[in-house]
Amino acid sequence: MNLLQTNKLTKHFGDTRAVDAVDFTIGEGEFLALIGSNGAGKTSLVNVVSGLLRPDSGTIVFRGADVTQMSVHDRIVAGIARSFQLVNLFDQLTLLDNVALSIFSREDLTRKLLSLADHQKAVWEEAFDILRQFGLEGKATQLAGGISQGERKLLDVAVAYALKPQLLFLDEPTSGVSTREKAPIMDVVSSIVRSHHITAVVIEHDMDVVFKYSDRIVAMHQGTILASGTPDEIRNNEKVTTTLIGAAHA
Amino acid sequence: MSTVPLTWQVRSPAKILPWTVPLILILFILPRALDPYGTILLTYGLLMAIASIGFNLLLGYTGLLSFGHSAYFGVGAYAVALMFKYWHVQSMELFLLGAIIASVVVSALFGFICVRYTRIFFGILTLALSQVLWSLAFKFYEITGGTDGLRVPTPTLLGIAIDPNEDKILFLARNYYYYVLGFFLACVLVMWVIVNSPFGKALQAIRDNEIRAEFIGVHIRKYRFVAFLVSGVFTGIAGALWVVLNGLTTPDILYWPFSGEIVFMSVLGGFRTFTGPIVGAVVFNYLKTYAVGATVYWQALMGAILVFLVLALPAGIVGTLAQVIARLRHRFAR
Repeated sequence: MNLLQTNKLTKHFGDTRAVDAVDFTIGEGEFLALIGSNGAGKTSLVNVVSGLLRPDSGTIVFRGADVTQMSVHDRIVAGIARSFQLVNLFDQLTLLDNVALSIFSREDLTRKLLSLADHQKAVWEEAFDILRQFGLEGKATQLAGGISQGERKLLDVAVAYALKPQLLFLDEPTSGVSTREKAPIMDVVSSIVRSHHITAVVIEHDMDVVFKYSDRIVAMHQGTILASGTPDEIRNNEKVTTTLIGAAHA
Repeated sequence: MSTVPLTWQVRSPAKILPWTVPLILILFILPRALDPYGTILLTYGLLMAIASIGFNLLLGYTGLLSFGHSAYFGVGAYAVALMFKYWHVQSMELFLLGAIIASVVVSALFGFICVRYTRIFFGILTLALSQVLWSLAFKFYEITGGTDGLRVPTPTLLGIAIDPNEDKILFLARNYYYYVLGFFLACVLVMWVIVNSPFGKALQAIRDNEIRAEFIGVHIRKYRFVAFLVSGVFTGIAGALWVVLNGLTTPDILYWPFSGEIVFMSVLGGFRTFTGPIVGAVVFNYLKTYAVGATVYWQALMGAILVFLVLALPAGIVGTLAQVIARLRHRFAR
């Protein structure tokens, strides 16, 4: 069953067709990788679906409901969350605060003006537990602005994960980290996402990561979907090999 | 579920009592040690601290630099003066109620317009709107008294009027000081709870990263608006308390340099700390008073102090002290 479906989804920036009449689907529980060269439209597609950008035309259907005109907030409530290519954190707050804020928001507690946040013990316990799952519990009380890039990437995912989404977009979760750090990060992310039956869409350039972790791969090129299939199908797809993988290895 | 680390501790009023109780006791005893003039100076400092913590909810916690807080301070002061002029109100509690209502109305209106913008646009809009109020106070002579301003007599405090035989200065230095101190403590407590509430955390998230805050489900504009409203009300209360002490309000307190003074207070004390704006307001009040007494070029002197502050102590008085203490602790821990 499709969790998300886009119909002729289009987003233009002037003459550039960032997303060009894209029909994209993702099934419940899938771990899908979005690949493509720079400018292929991967991030634009995620930006439109997550609500950061408004589409020019087309529709987005999530769990059977049209969410095209929904605000970011309503999409989050519906179950769509995301992380960012350039890590977006609350740098002057601790790691614990960063994750707890997602939980406060998810539980609609941020409206509470005259009660102490620290008295919401269950929130802090859950936040700490999430940090532990991501291997960040040792730095729980450090400021997010003072940890390494790899840890920031993990925290970025943890903040999105704390919203308990049904669909999680991960925009290049391993970009800017060393090759040595990539596998541990993806191991953690993949294991958490799969064990909690979260549907995930990962934008990734590293083909080793893509082939190792994803159930299905969607290749994009110039704002359109070039091909879709299992890692083996994509690996043997001549069009993809010539246009993307070949180009990447050239 | 895991146990949260020991370094993380629940903040509660009880945890900060060891250092707040002595401070509060000192504030209670001070009028006995100071002469009436010294106590009145301190009263000015305390009520400006209310305005300063209100302002800092926007700057320090929401990341919005307002250059128009003179508007809410002036609204509080003029609300009191107009209540006396037209309705002959003489109760301080009614004055405060009127000032709160007036500052809610004005800050809701201005906030509705301003929170759509950030950074320089927000600053300029707040400045421009405060100048509109200044020009109204300046031009509508029949109502506001123009540059002559409006006088406010000493009101009743909790129903108790000043004895006709009692010295007004002594009344202000004793009874009114404790009245302002009570409000100051209540405002500080309420603001402390607000900035440590889930709402306060959400404001800090907006300050640090607006896009990410939106993508964890925080209603950016709505929360900014509420912060603006709370900030305006605190500043309005300060204005109402100020006009009674001053006995007169003129358009000067609606003019933009007064907004600059409120910014100065927060920067002086350290806007990244909760107590910084309080310390900044009290210190600024003394600095300005002594600078005015020392030289006719007091504005130049204050400007030089501000330049020194930004260059030498960018974290402000409290921020720098906190850094020094942290360094010493680190050194002794090794």
